[in-house]
Amino acid sequence: MSRTQDRLSHTTPSGLAERKPRFLTTSGVAVKGLYRPEDVAGMDYERDLGDPGCYPFTRGIHATMYRGRLWTMRQFAGFGTAEETNERFRYLLREGQTGLSVAFDLPTLMGYDSDHPRAEGEVGVEGVAVSSLADMETLFDGIPLDQVTTSMTINAPAIVIFAMYLAVAEKQGVPFDKLSGTIQNDILKEYIAQNEWIFPPKPSMRLITDIFAYCAEHVPRWNTISISGYHIREAGATALQELAFTLANGREYVRAGIAAGLDVDAFAPRLSFFFNSHNDLFEEVAKFRAARRVWAKLMRDEFGAKNPRSWMLRFHTQTAGCSLTAQQPYNNIIRTTIQALAAVLGGTQSLHTNSLDEALSLPTEEAVRIALRTQQIIAEESGVANVIDPLGGSYYVESMTNQMEEGVWDYFRRIDELGGVIPAIEQGYFQREIAEAAYDYQRRIESGEQIIVGVNAYTIDEETPIPILKIGPEIEAKQRERLARVRRDRNAARVRETLNEVRRAAQDGANLVPPILEAVKAYATLGEIIDELRSVFGEYEEVLIL
Amino acid sequence: MPTATVSQRKIRVLVAKPGLDGHDRGAKVIARALRDAGMEVIYTGLRQTPEQIVNAAIEEDVDVLGISILSGAHNTLVPKILDGLRAQGADDITVVVGGIIPTDDAVRLKELGVAGVFGPGSSLKEIVDFIRTHARRR
Repeated sequence: MSRTQDRLSHTTPSGLAERKPRFLTTSGVAVKGLYRPEDVAGMDYERDLGDPGCYPFTRGIHATMYRGRLWTMRQFAGFGTAEETNERFRYLLREGQTGLSVAFDLPTLMGYDSDHPRAEGEVGVEGVAVSSLADMETLFDGIPLDQVTTSMTINAPAIVIFAMYLAVAEKQGVPFDKLSGTIQNDILKEYIAQNEWIFPPKPSMRLITDIFAYCAEHVPRWNTISISGYHIREAGATALQELAFTLANGREYVRAGIAAGLDVDAFAPRLSFFFNSHNDLFEEVAKFRAARRVWAKLMRDEFGAKNPRSWMLRFHTQTAGCSLTAQQPYNNIIRTTIQALAAVLGGTQSLHTNSLDEALSLPTEEAVRIALRTQQIIAEESGVANVIDPLGGSYYVESMTNQMEEGVWDYFRRIDELGGVIPAIEQGYFQREIAEAAYDYQRRIESGEQIIVGVNAYTIDEETPIPILKIGPEIEAKQRERLARVRRDRNAARVRETLNEVRRAAQDGANLVPPILEAVKAYATLGEIIDELRSVFGEYEEVLIL
Repeated sequence: MPTATVSQRKIRVLVAKPGLDGHDRGAKVIARALRDAGMEVIYTGLRQTPEQIVNAAIEEDVDVLGISILSGAHNTLVPKILDGLRAQGADDITVVVGGIIPTDDAVRLKELGVAGVFGPGSSLKEIVDFIRTHARRR
């Protein structure tokens, strides 16, 4: 005991010494040891924060936030054939999950059917394989589409997969205005970071505005796009870059919608966002709060939106996959908890928590349950959902929120100087910024400045054996058989006819949703429809940045 | 002790991305690290077929082929690349693989001729050192 006292009294005189030369956030931003009133001098409560549910929504988009309704717990799932994923969906719904989220396999994401040569080895591996309406029917078998909300992570071929979902609803007798959910449909971040593109930017933007227009009229509760920073962050961007690039993309979609002749308030309320939540708790909270404020200002002041719903940035969050370690994987539960907490403190509308085994493989059922329980414990036990924006007014968090916002406006200026988002993509601007940030982060890990527990500190010798979910080659064979049956049993003449209509609409500029809906109902495959579009639109060529 | 002949020629590395996945963070970070370590690095870009990768490795006359794959298709694609190199008499090129590769798959890939497999959390130094010591010599 006296030793402790000695040590304490010993450190007091030299208490000015700090244990590191600089203190950085996960994103490499230097922070001070103490934030004080002068760090938030000049802030005005009504102008800069506002009560929850009030412009500029810094404190949240709803007046009651989680006291009214908890966030939607939405675990992303998909593997194997539609049958396996349907089973996992039913399991998650039984365990108390409140929304579905579909992960598609890579061939589907790239618009290839499961029997395409490029699909070999990838069918059902990273998500569920969907090549035709028959797969979609199986995927949602026994799940009434008017009673769930469904999020679908699909981008380049989003219009086709969305049409399949509409066709399933039609078969279930569910009117389109009862459908609620989200398609990711965010092609700009594909060019910037996630790299699953098919067509060049211009026709890709047209597919998106066709969906905006169709949904404004027919599927009014559908979120037509989920403008995503998640993948930008996973590719190595900083928190600020994630925020700035995502909002810049959002701005670009609004411009495209207006240019396509839509009234901003007809489609802007259906835009939604998707962010990453990484390890640095306060930096993440500041990012979410700044996101809402910047978007509200943009929509009201730059685009003149009148409907307050157009000003509100609603977002889904996923904890950071890139933060998970293969070493000592159980530590990932703790990382995910901190990240989920940041999302909740930041006012997310829905949340996916990653499973502890995801640095190694797709998650097992047990790992997924722990991830879901993490959210339930935060919601029901931690008390953080009792009070709205509990960090509001913190000198540090408010100062960081302001800093984030300023950083976003700076990036907007730089992007505008390059001619806008698409020219900046074509010049490799975002790609280079992200690659540099990724390298910088990795070097901080190499030097030991950034500690990753279990990786560059606190390591152990043995590997921790954990159960792994493996997708065997029999899945691919089974899916090819399913597809062969579809091709055999359908009316080939009707398929050809509907595909011709798709090509015609692609050429003459008519809205593509109705002809694609007809084609999927005739069991034309994803690959066939994409091929028609490709014949008109061409293909995007990667900008190689190293 | 590096001899004059060894130090005269820089190690040439092809960083390749087979499969349909677009996860290029690792490939780009490694490419930069190898370049900073004094190697010559060529990057194929995304979604290359095994044939394209084999041809690029031979045309670029590389000493090392680094395959980055996170799609889970490594058991299908990596053996095809190894076969392709062998068929062209280029199996003296050192092949390393990085990505999410389960341990038993890594064992199998090494049996097939892959020199090293690097999973998540591998340090850049470890990879650079490995390539320096294992690059094919001539």
